[in-house]
Amino acid sequence: MKKIEIIAKPFKVEDIKEALTELGVKGMTVSEAKGFGRQRGHKEVYRGAEYQVDFVPKVKIEVVAEDDMAPKIVKAAQEAARTGQVGDGKIFVIPVDDVMRIRTGETGDDAI
Amino acid sequence: MNAADTAFVLVCAALVMFMTPGLALFYAGMVRSKNVLGTTMQSFVLLGLGTVVWAVVGYSLAFGTDFGGIIGGFDFAFMRDVGLDTANSPAENLPHLAFMVFQCMFAVLTPALITGAFAERMRFGPFLVFSALWLILVYSPMCHWVWGGGWLGQMGALDFAGGAVVHMSSGAAALAGCLYLGKRKGYGKEPNIPHNLPMTVLGAAILWFGWFGFNAGSALAADGLAANAFVTTHFAAAAAMLGWLIVETLHSGKPTTLGAASGAVAGLVCITPAAGFVSPMASIVIGLLGGAICYGGVLLKGKFGYDDSLDVVGIHGLGGTFGALATGVFASIGAEGLIMGNPKQLWIQFVSVVATWIFCFVMSLILYKVVDAVMGLRASEEDESKGLDVTQHNETGYQW
Repeated sequence: MKKIEIIAKPFKVEDIKEALTELGVKGMTVSEAKGFGRQRGHKEVYRGAEYQVDFVPKVKIEVVAEDDMAPKIVKAAQEAARTGQVGDGKIFVIPVDDVMRIRTGETGDDAI
Repeated sequence: MNAADTAFVLVCAALVMFMTPGLALFYAGMVRSKNVLGTTMQSFVLLGLGTVVWAVVGYSLAFGTDFGGIIGGFDFAFMRDVGLDTANSPAENLPHLAFMVFQCMFAVLTPALITGAFAERMRFGPFLVFSALWLILVYSPMCHWVWGGGWLGQMGALDFAGGAVVHMSSGAAALAGCLYLGKRKGYGKEPNIPHNLPMTVLGAAILWFGWFGFNAGSALAADGLAANAFVTTHFAAAAAMLGWLIVETLHSGKPTTLGAASGAVAGLVCITPAAGFVSPMASIVIGLLGGAICYGGVLLKGKFGYDDSLDVVGIHGLGGTFGALATGVFASIGAEGLIMGNPKQLWIQFVSVVATWIFCFVMSLILYKVVDAVMGLRASEEDESKGLDVTQHNETGYQW
């Protein structure tokens, strides 16, 4: 099993959700995140004083899937999240040892 | 006694009361979220503390029997001889109580204005002590000098609704405060940016609304002078919003929401001493210039390196000063300024500016030092990092 962690622009969250659910993904976790990559944040101006804001708002979407689903999810997420501008984000694929559905106690692929 | 005047002034007193919670919102939106309650409280609590100090002794020192043009006596202490009729009332058309409570709201607001300068780093207890002492030893004498029969009023200085008494005095105290306390931790290194600007805009709108009571009410009668002050107040705020936004756009590229709110407040400050003395079109000129000047004023702190957190010096200090001088230039109603061929008025205004700045700056500095020596003004470095909300009040503004 793999966990796919997608860090993307906040306004892309709906597009990414639709693309993944179309692939058959049954659940995901979304959090508001802040961070920077090569675009190094942005400038804000308050009462004429400039501030460099390094941590810009992002969304983090976490999905766990069977091994063979992972590359499809990554590809669909990239297509949905891409604008071609700096700051589009990153996708991480992480091996997962096990999963448990809390209600039933099922584990492994059945619990996804 | 005049019933219409009494009704008008009582309503205006309620409008001015609303400015203090408006200021709390204006300021609290500009700080970081960990200080939202601490900053709110430094304004809001003065409705409690300032009112009681005013009732016990402040009002009497401002409006009691004059001693040498410097201070009032104790005749009205504990509200003695402040009654339902006009006996002893400084305004003979108003019940003494109505005049007193209108003035009370000014006394509450003025120390709250100062708090923007030392926002995010002052301990609450020492702040209360400082504010009470400041009301008694700085505000009450200033109020007496200008409106209570003191020397500035006798000299002919024009201050319709508190350019000197309210704005320059709080601006000078603000400058002394941020110089004495020093910068916030991490100032200039980490971005200290406003956590909730919609709150600030709401606060500015409430200030604007309340300011009609502040300025029009200062006519102390429901008459044409009040109408003039109402209109000049509104025009100046409107023009200053535009003035600020224009200069801001030229200087830093974009018109901002914070700029619109700040510009409006700057215009209200600038017109305060002039409201009843200048014509509506003059108030538009004062507003446009005032908005631009106060935008320059807030840039000064970057140049000189003091941390006036919420720009009390730049807006109230500088705006009040400009307004006082502009009154000397544009006065045409019930007084004559430079444009009416009376340069002497401008000189009198200049003297009042210098006297107000020196007195309020020096006295405030002494009070900061005394309270600091006895109690310690500044929050510990750890408390400042955690924020005033949890360290001074055991609560936080936002749960999630």
